[in-house]
Amino acid sequence: MKHHLDFEKPIAELQRKLEELKQHPENHSLGISWEEEIRLLERKIEDARRHIFSNLTPWQRVQLARHPKRPYTQDYLRLAFTGFEELHGDRMYGDDRAFVGGFAQIGDRKVVVIGTQKGRDTKENILRNFGSAHPEGYRKALRLMRLADKFGLPIVTLIDTAGAYPGVGSEERHIGEAIAVNLREMMLFNVPIIAVVIGEGGSGGALGIGVGDRVLILENAYYSVISPEGCSAILWKNRSAAPDAAAALRITATDLRQLGLVDDIVSEPVGGAHNDPAATAASLKDAVLRHLNEVSAQPVEERLRNRYRKFRSFGHVLEPSAQAA
Amino acid sequence: MASRTVKRKSVVTDPVEPMVTPPPLSTDTTFLTKPKIAARSRKRDMPEGLWTKCPSCESLIYDKELDDNLKVCPKCGHHLPIGARERIHSLVETCSFEEMDAEMQSLDILKFTGAASYEAKLAAYKKKSSLLKDAVVTGVGVIGTHRVALGVMDFSFLGGSMGSVVGEKLTRLIETGSSRGLPVIIISTSGGARMYEGMFSLMQMAKTCGALALHGKLGLPYISVLTNPTYAGVIASFATVGDLILAEPAAMIGFAGPRVIKDTTQADLPEGFQTSEFLQEHGLIDAIVPRRDMRARLVYYLDFMMAGRRPA
Repeated sequence: MKHHLDFEKPIAELQRKLEELKQHPENHSLGISWEEEIRLLERKIEDARRHIFSNLTPWQRVQLARHPKRPYTQDYLRLAFTGFEELHGDRMYGDDRAFVGGFAQIGDRKVVVIGTQKGRDTKENILRNFGSAHPEGYRKALRLMRLADKFGLPIVTLIDTAGAYPGVGSEERHIGEAIAVNLREMMLFNVPIIAVVIGEGGSGGALGIGVGDRVLILENAYYSVISPEGCSAILWKNRSAAPDAAAALRITATDLRQLGLVDDIVSEPVGGAHNDPAATAASLKDAVLRHLNEVSAQPVEERLRNRYRKFRSFGHVLEPSAQAA
Repeated sequence: MASRTVKRKSVVTDPVEPMVTPPPLSTDTTFLTKPKIAARSRKRDMPEGLWTKCPSCESLIYDKELDDNLKVCPKCGHHLPIGARERIHSLVETCSFEEMDAEMQSLDILKFTGAASYEAKLAAYKKKSSLLKDAVVTGVGVIGTHRVALGVMDFSFLGGSMGSVVGEKLTRLIETGSSRGLPVIIISTSGGARMYEGMFSLMQMAKTCGALALHGKLGLPYISVLTNPTYAGVIASFATVGDLILAEPAAMIGFAGPRVIKDTTQADLPEGFQTSEFLQEHGLIDAIVPRRDMRARLVYYLDFMMAGRRPA
């Protein structure tokens, strides 16, 4: 199965040619050797990729963040972490499969890792509810974070969700409250918290595991208060202005870094994370460890003070009286 | 400390100026009932600003009567929207409210343009209301015998949406409560986070909840009151982490809007879905308190919650 976004098509086309060529190992009439021709084509693919990916629009990045081949939480658990064994359930209602979590090791650090999980195919997507969690997902996450805090293990969260699930059950079991409690509790955990937006950072559903000493974001991930489609529907009165909304909302990694809302960008290989999951995972592992070691070195009080101050500082207001004073 | 500038402004005088000066109070009740008949025959001639039609029972209420009844329909008890200043006036002891950060205003930090510019929206709302600079009024006041840090949201300013100003004012309010040892009460009404400020709006959720986390560690009470409507970013942050969560009757409260839920799930919504009563049934709301009982009820709760802190 092949998935190509519109702007990936020129690359896909060249790749198809390359495949074709590889099937027919014979010299062509122009006097170029078969090997030479393959090299040329590979160079061309590389150039096209570099060109396309250095000029991505915010909307194209949103599409990359949602790419069906993009590595998900479990891919990183396999590629960047070792020894992960899943722990299940919120001890209250159920086991929300839109979240996975448990003990794992990253580099030489033992941690508790929690992430939202999308499905790879229809069957898995039904199981994972397309990565949109119900309240029990956030409560499972909270239970695991409390476990981490109790035993002094740092918390790493991987965020990839279009948002918390808007359904009747979600409301009946108070999805808003589940998220809000996480926001409050995450501010108080003594252990270091590193949050990484690996794909979609969908509003409150993302923030619900997103309060960290460091908040990182992958180069082609996005993090937004509302989906570009949702914003478009409300402000433009139709969903087709989503590309404009994506630009206006300033939701790309670079935008968020410039606005001071994320601490670091985790670089992806040219062509995006799905083009080389292993390299992306290595990059993520490197960034998580670097930041984890930095915040682990801080005394607990200082770390908690910094965490509070960081989120406390977000926002821009105009104060006429203060300016006059 | 520049960040703690406390603007002393009381709301002693009735802050809501009716659009048309009401006629002098009269005991002649025929005057009160007459337009009801007129309305039935010639609806369009109904004088604006004098009478309000209850959206629930459809009876016409004389505005002065509605104001005196805290914007609750005297016939059916339906709670109509009430402005932040009017509500504060109904809760605090006369002259006791010291407003904080009254001059704080929103900034179009993202230079948000598109179908509508944030700049223009803000200007329009500020022009519309001389009483509000943004969607929340905060300050310290006395309710009964308790000095409290009180924040009241106002839906009439950009749908009560939470941007940097709402988040910052509430955070300062909570921090003031913490540093002065006061209970915090926040009365919410909001459509959610303010899109125009992008991720800065979303972060106000973490910011306010963080401040409440520290407030709670000091053993100080936080009471959240939900009013019609309270949704999305506000329901997923400070509004649902109260030691007590109260609601006005029949308020619409939820995370996602009913239309979004219907569109996503293609399912019929249960009877009374997302009302205060529904949420009390499902375990979120401690008590449903009618507006005119709110002051006394808050005093009652605070009497218990502050009992351990009182000098003997």
